[in-house]
Amino acid sequence: MEPDRETGNHYYRSLTRRMVLIVALVSLTPLFLVSGIILYQFHASYQEKVYDHLSELVQKHTQNIDGFLKEKLADIRFLAETFGFEDLSKESFLRDMLETLQRDYGPVFVDLGVVNTQGLQVSYAGPFKLEKVIYYDADWFKKAMKKRYFISDVFLGIRGFPHFIVAVRDNYKGQHWILRATIDFAAFNNLVENIRIGKTGFAFILNKKGDLQTKPFRGIHANKDFYLDFLRSGRRKEGGMHIFEKRGSTGRKEIYVTTPLKHGEWEMVFQQDVSDAFSKLNRAVNVAIVILVLGAFGIITTALLLSKRMVGRIARADQEKERMNEQVIQSGKLASVGELAAGIAHEINNPVAIMVEEAGWIGDLLEEEEFSQSENLDEFERALQQIRTQGQRCKQITHKLLSFARRTDPRAQDVQVNDLITELVELSAQRAKYAKVTINSHLKEGLPFLQASPSELQQVLLNLINNAIDAMEKTGGILNIGTRLEGANFIIEVSDNGPGIPDADLEKIFDPFFTTKPVGKGTGLGLSICYGIVKKMGGEIEVRSLLGEGTTFRVSIPLPKDKEGQSQA
Amino acid sequence: MSIANVLLVDDETPFVVTMTKRLLKRDLHTVSAFSGEEALLTLEIDGSIEVVILDVKMPGMDGIEALREIKKRHPLVEVIMLTGHATVDTAIEGMKLGAFDYLTKPCDMDLLVSKVREAAGRKRQIEDRIFGVRLKGIAGKRE
Repeated sequence: MEPDRETGNHYYRSLTRRMVLIVALVSLTPLFLVSGIILYQFHASYQEKVYDHLSELVQKHTQNIDGFLKEKLADIRFLAETFGFEDLSKESFLRDMLETLQRDYGPVFVDLGVVNTQGLQVSYAGPFKLEKVIYYDADWFKKAMKKRYFISDVFLGIRGFPHFIVAVRDNYKGQHWILRATIDFAAFNNLVENIRIGKTGFAFILNKKGDLQTKPFRGIHANKDFYLDFLRSGRRKEGGMHIFEKRGSTGRKEIYVTTPLKHGEWEMVFQQDVSDAFSKLNRAVNVAIVILVLGAFGIITTALLLSKRMVGRIARADQEKERMNEQVIQSGKLASVGELAAGIAHEINNPVAIMVEEAGWIGDLLEEEEFSQSENLDEFERALQQIRTQGQRCKQITHKLLSFARRTDPRAQDVQVNDLITELVELSAQRAKYAKVTINSHLKEGLPFLQASPSELQQVLLNLINNAIDAMEKTGGILNIGTRLEGANFIIEVSDNGPGIPDADLEKIFDPFFTTKPVGKGTGLGLSICYGIVKKMGGEIEVRSLLGEGTTFRVSIPLPKDKEGQSQA
Repeated sequence: MSIANVLLVDDETPFVVTMTKRLLKRDLHTVSAFSGEEALLTLEIDGSIEVVILDVKMPGMDGIEALREIKKRHPLVEVIMLTGHATVDTAIEGMKLGAFDYLTKPCDMDLLVSKVREAAGRKRQIEDRIFGVRLKGIAGKRE
């Protein structure tokens, strides 16, 4: 019984595992799938939103800065076109103009200067000593002479401070001259420096060579090529805007938004850490993951609890079923014991009837005259009465035997099957005689003991023998019972030459409550009980039948493992 | 004259022998048979038999089959079934087939004799009635 329980436990454990797995899979798969899709969609739309926001912002600031530059240029142009070379080349007038400008716009204009076509600064107003300086070789001068309006890159120049120049070219007596103003770097820088988004977002301006035009808020890539690389390449949106993500030298992923300034001479670059830009999204993702993990944990816990409870119920139901089966087997046992008892009752009643009749005959004779004088007549009559009484008692005993049902012992022990069969054949002989059935035993000698419950084995064989006799009841016939060994299996064959079993019935023959006998005759349990008992012994029961030829039941029971060697030796 | 003519049928020889002697002693004219087939043969030959005492369990033609045949061939002959416990159901089935009564083995002799008397009485009654009907028929024709 112990190994049985162990395999049972193993079965229930694996059943629990399978149920947990299935429930978890079925619940978690859609959960993760839906969460994944939603997160992906959310991520995509959030990214679009962030990109839109950034580009709009950068666009606005770019327009601001462009506007600032255009405004400064317009101021200088106004001066140049209104007053002309003659007035402006007077230093006192120029100084007045600078004061006016500084008064109106704050300290954006650092200085003003008028340069003639030879590059000589004719007049200068400002904090530096730059009168009569020759700019002929200066880079900005060369460029400024070629265009009507010019805004330079940021450079250090003679004064040694970063600054840039706004210049307007005009004509005086057929000669070009230039009015130039220096824009305060700090004022310009502020415009760009003020663009701050989140914790890490900041902006700066680069020229085409990748040189910085403003002072960035924090360290940027030392390598100019890093910027030049993406400034030159990459697809651009409308208005020259370009948004992309790139892993920076720090190893962090960053978003870059670039847009051209100053007719494409400069490039405004906005840079922000991806983690910062998507901080809200990341927070939402984190919350979602926490919920997901908690949900998954909940599902698995529920699956575990439910499966355990379900399997517990199944186990209880199985136990119940097993008990029911045992009851069915038990009732079958009682049925065969009852049949046996009926046979015995009949057998005993016949001889008892003869004895009682003989006693009655003696009584009849005693009534005759020759015995009436005998002094022992009373004693004779008492004895005869006693025989009659005891005869009646025998009758009552057999009557009780009919209703007598004892619990048979299901414990396994060594059984000599041949002896058991011999006994059963003797018991069935009377029934067989009335059915005109001849029982032939073909029992192989020297067979090993079988480990089984004798009463259960007896029940199986008695059922098979009774069935065979029933089958041949009308016609009479021959019932063969044989035993032999086949490998490690003990074979018992019970065959009859009765009418046989139709194929349609053959497959249902071991089903409980299947019977071909008239109502009230068979319970339909006999063979199903046989099947249950043989299976319990680890054996097999098979049936072969041919219509008109007969039926053979073959019971094959494995020999006990340790006995196998002995039987073969 | 005997009270009744009886045929005793059983496969157990000592039982038949003793029982026959006892029935004879009680003024019942008894003949015996040891199987269903033999019983039918005896009835064929001896038309005076009024009551058959028939054992149910017999090899070959059993009591029920014999009863069926007797009732078919000699409907007026009364049959008393004799049975062990195991075949009470069969005896009841016999009653349905027209047996007069049934007794279980071992049976009380006085009871058996009184049953035989009753059976024989019934048979004679039926016979008289049939005879009367036939007589009336004949008388009616003459008038």
